[in-house]
Amino acid sequence: MVAYIIRRLLLLPVLLFGVTIFIFAIFSLLSPEMRASLYLTDVPRSPDAMERIIKKYGLDQPIHIQYWQWLNQVVRGDLGWSKTAQRPVSEALLYYLPATLELAIWAMIPVLLVGIWLGILSAVHQDKFIDHTTRVFALVGWSFPTFVFGLLMLMYFYAKLQWFPPGQVSDWVTREVINGTFIRYTQMYTIDALIQGRFDVFLDSLRHIVLPVITLAYVQWALLLRVTRSSMLETLRQEYVTTARAKGLSERVVINKHAARNAMIPVATIGGLLLINLLNGVVITETVFNYPGIGRWAATAAGQLDILGVLGFTLFNGFLLVVGNLVVDILYALIDPRVRLD
Amino acid sequence: MKTLKKLLRNPLSLTGIILVLFFVGVAIAAPWLAPPENPNEPYRIIRCGYLPMPQPPNSSNPLEGIWKIITKEATVCEARPFGLIESYDIYYGIVWGTRTAFFVGLVITGLNVLIGLIVGSIGAYFGRWVDELLMRITDVFLAFPFLVAAVTMAAVLQPMIGRGLITAMIALIVFGWMSYARLIRGDILAIKERDYVHAAQAIGAPHSRILWRHILPNAIFPTLVVGSMDIGSYVLSFAALSFLGLGADRGYADWGQIISFARDWIPRLSEYWYIVVYPGAAILLFVLGWNLIGDAFRDILDPRLKGRI
Repeated sequence: MVAYIIRRLLLLPVLLFGVTIFIFAIFSLLSPEMRASLYLTDVPRSPDAMERIIKKYGLDQPIHIQYWQWLNQVVRGDLGWSKTAQRPVSEALLYYLPATLELAIWAMIPVLLVGIWLGILSAVHQDKFIDHTTRVFALVGWSFPTFVFGLLMLMYFYAKLQWFPPGQVSDWVTREVINGTFIRYTQMYTIDALIQGRFDVFLDSLRHIVLPVITLAYVQWALLLRVTRSSMLETLRQEYVTTARAKGLSERVVINKHAARNAMIPVATIGGLLLINLLNGVVITETVFNYPGIGRWAATAAGQLDILGVLGFTLFNGFLLVVGNLVVDILYALIDPRVRLD
Repeated sequence: MKTLKKLLRNPLSLTGIILVLFFVGVAIAAPWLAPPENPNEPYRIIRCGYLPMPQPPNSSNPLEGIWKIITKEATVCEARPFGLIESYDIYYGIVWGTRTAFFVGLVITGLNVLIGLIVGSIGAYFGRWVDELLMRITDVFLAFPFLVAAVTMAAVLQPMIGRGLITAMIALIVFGWMSYARLIRGDILAIKERDYVHAAQAIGAPHSRILWRHILPNAIFPTLVVGSMDIGSYVLSFAALSFLGLGADRGYADWGQIISFARDWIPRLSEYWYIVVYPGAAILLFVLGWNLIGDAFRDILDPRLKGRI
């Protein structure tokens, strides 16, 4: 186990090295002038400004030297300047991350609860009405374009009913933050509001976050539901479930204590997939709801050709996913004693 | 044949087949359903006037307008069954967008499967360091969330080859082939130890012949099935790129692109519902059709579930 973790951790830099080579390869598709313009923070005043930047960043050097220089910068945390965020890329990542994290945490609660609950329900009542209904519900969710779903939610709950507006908080909360009467310790409004006991702020930010959370969750449910259902079906046919029934345990105990617990083991393996879905989902969801997180920033950066911003975001994602998959693998071994990692 | 019979008997997959056939019909009949103004450029959405504001459908029953267009009683602009956005006719865009969807879905899937086949079969057949290297490269590609990576790729490609179908399609191909490479690799690894492969090697057949004539025909089927079921999800990803402004060009008949106009009208969407509802329904039903078939297919092909469907 420990040996496996160490080996995987040793492999981590190799994979990350591959990721950086890859990102640099994409980057080097651009011409030197174009790459130079990415470092500009202002309109160049003198005609030879471009030349100077090309020289300064070594953009006319052979490709492997350029890569080495770029890697040196990246390792030191210098990912360049993002023109859409108006700040360095590494700062922008940290600036936008808390809002996305808040959204992701809120979204994972309904995803896990409802997804697993419906999956178990669907398996227990296999081929009954409730099974068909949940499967159709999941398939429709799986097929629903995130942006269409989000726009439909906005159409009904914002444009028509005026219940849940887009954005992160109302203007009066922003004013309180500027005036200093509301302090953002964690940068996450719902949590900060709870810390300071400000239920008006809490309700306001909750009002804004409800629709993006539902949108993110609906797309995720399909995956979790499907895996839980098939895993639960598999478990229900095991002999220890028959034994449990034979010794006269109630159906509730059989399902909750004997079957569901074991059915959860394969579900843990899709943690990595859920993470990928989440990262894909926030880009679209945050754009639709104008929610100022890391995903909306990436979408804006891509639209306005802020390449360094996009590459920084991609590097961050690659890192997150590589580490996330490692954590999922280790967790899997911890949950299931039958799994031997070697 | 048995598989097809099962698909037709299952109400879910039957619905899927009907949906996909419906879109095939719309794509074929596009010139009659929505006659283009300029026959040389049918994929340019017809513009009716120059108002940027969304214009509501001309009658409350869209079928009435469509019927008038088919019977040539009215032009697309006179009937405007689904309304206008930035003076682009939404109905026209959806009808011709069906062809775009099929084109995009088929080409992306085909090329992804092809690349996957090449990478996977070379790795599996030659084994050792070739396999190791190719699989590690696959891992690197897998280390990016698909949509995020495609967004990056499209953003970098745009200044070079401009905004358009091709840019977004390349982006979705560069990051789409990995699962097929892994799938075909696994199947080939199982088949390459069969006796008939050893026999072919023993009589000195060249590598290419063994791979192409003996191994691939026996290993390719599952990958092709999985690939063909993914057409819907590629159309979905393409629509997402279009929505972000990285897909089809402005005014090109494409579903995601039409919906992207809705971003400018969010506070008044309840009034302008037709910008979202019609193209949104087109994407949803198209993708749902493929997924319904794919879901039933997976159940049929999964040996662990055999005899229980």
